[in-house]
Amino acid sequence: MTALLELEDVEARYGPVHVLHGISLAVEEGSVVTVLGPNGAGKTTTLRAISGTVRRSGRIAFAGQPLDRLGPDAVARLGIAHVPEGRGTFSELTVWENLKLGAYSRRGSIDTELERVFTYFPWLSERRRQVAGTLSGGEQQMLALARAFVLRPRLLLLDEPSLGLAPVLVAELFRIVRELNEDEGLTVLVVEQNAHLALQAAQAGYVLEAGRVVLAGTSDELQADDAVRRSYLGY
Amino acid sequence: MATVESSPRPGFRSRRTDVGSFPIVVGLLVAGAAFLLVGCLRSATFAQLTVQGLALGAVYGSLALALVLVYRATRVINFAQGELAMATTYLAWQLIQWGLSYWEAFFATLAIAFVLGALLEVVLIRPVLHRSAIAAVIVTVGLFILIDGIVNWLWGGGFKALPPPFGTTIYHVGGVAIARLYLGMIAVVLVSVALVWLLFRFTKLGLGMRAAALRPAEAALVGVRVDRMLAIGWGLATVLGAVAGLMAAPSQYLLDPTLMQPILVYAFAAAVLGGLESPTGAVVGGLIIGVTLTLIVQYVPAITSELQLPFAFAVLIVVLLIKPSGLFGRREVRRV
Repeated sequence: MTALLELEDVEARYGPVHVLHGISLAVEEGSVVTVLGPNGAGKTTTLRAISGTVRRSGRIAFAGQPLDRLGPDAVARLGIAHVPEGRGTFSELTVWENLKLGAYSRRGSIDTELERVFTYFPWLSERRRQVAGTLSGGEQQMLALARAFVLRPRLLLLDEPSLGLAPVLVAELFRIVRELNEDEGLTVLVVEQNAHLALQAAQAGYVLEAGRVVLAGTSDELQADDAVRRSYLGY
Repeated sequence: MATVESSPRPGFRSRRTDVGSFPIVVGLLVAGAAFLLVGCLRSATFAQLTVQGLALGAVYGSLALALVLVYRATRVINFAQGELAMATTYLAWQLIQWGLSYWEAFFATLAIAFVLGALLEVVLIRPVLHRSAIAAVIVTVGLFILIDGIVNWLWGGGFKALPPPFGTTIYHVGGVAIARLYLGMIAVVLVSVALVWLLFRFTKLGLGMRAAALRPAEAALVGVRVDRMLAIGWGLATVLGAVAGLMAAPSQYLLDPTLMQPILVYAFAAAVLGGLESPTGAVVGGLIIGVTLTLIVQYVPAITSELQLPFAFAVLIVVLLIKPSGLFGRREVRRV
């Protein structure tokens, strides 16, 4: 079986600066996969290469379809939701408008999707008229997630969801991601600083260093790996 | 089922946007409106001038709104906005010469204006916008000169006249003479502005356009075709400019290539007064400038009609000095 998402020898650069030097990875349909690595390893850029927000070369295929020539809007329309680092909520718009934008590339009614999202985040329903910029950081992160779910994506790209969040909220957030994965078969590729949490939520992971994949394996394998334990798990 | 409750501190959270000076602004506007009302009841001249001022102000507001739409979408001040309006008004004149009625020409011109505006964005603005907004602004200055040249070449020499779109009827209401033209101008501009507002507020396209203007990168991530939205924004702005031109020309009875140049200055003053980011502010600013200029020339002897333009400039500078965000501009609040 071929994977839902496959990257082969993907390179990316910001101007003259090469950030990815041939990344290859695969994400099976229905799985949660995490990308670990130190700052500057190219984790965020890997996600951006997939969603088309950075210039990239190499082969990227989603459900057999090549992505490497598509812009971010076209990638989104294929059912890939990218929640960027720093949340990416439209802080000037209301909660409601943010959610509607999440489903921008869907046609027809989105009532079912909104209902579903409100079961996960009930407070969003009461705050739907509030301007998103006045939500707290944690709430904005939740809103960004909720907005991604409204799309009913086939693949969710999550970039540093725990950044700046209280530990309770981080745990909550990962619980929701895992639940969506188990209940609805949502496929997730998550970049995360908190390797401990990420490996608990994920079935497999990749470790990036300086723009290359240095280690790949199942979560159990990675958790058992000495280098990973020393560098990312801290024991 | 996992749920995420929002944490406490409700008072802190429920704060919506930065209200800041908003109550003061509303107070000032209400006071101004009350002043106008009292004046209108006491003096027929005052009332006539107020209606005339509102009609001219509607034109300024329409062009100001065009400037604001373009600025919000692309961070570009379109110096050619007035000349585009002038050119489309000439186009309407040409269509009328070819046998269309005023209103047939009006709607045909709006359609052409939309295509023209969108096309200009794609062909001239987009290629330079990636480099810097300033480059695009300079392109619009070039466009100003280019349009001026083309119009003079095609239609130059002598004044042209547009037929009066609302007839020449004058109503008499309690001793106040009100031209049907002025009422028509106000109505047409307000309807166009309302349609634009409805589009932005209640349609999916409008939501996409707002998202593309506010955060292009994030908008693309949710599947908005940002480039297309910006082109549509330019198209809409050009349509609003055309409305301004088509309403301005009959009120001055004449059409010549400098038609929109003073109006562009008034529109700038209106846009800045309202807050360059605020569509509501642009329209309200336009009305304020229109009424103020009309009344001030009549009642302040020191300010003659030659001083209207410098006065508008003075408004612009004073607003930029004491409240750069204008009446309705919102300082951005973001919680991190």
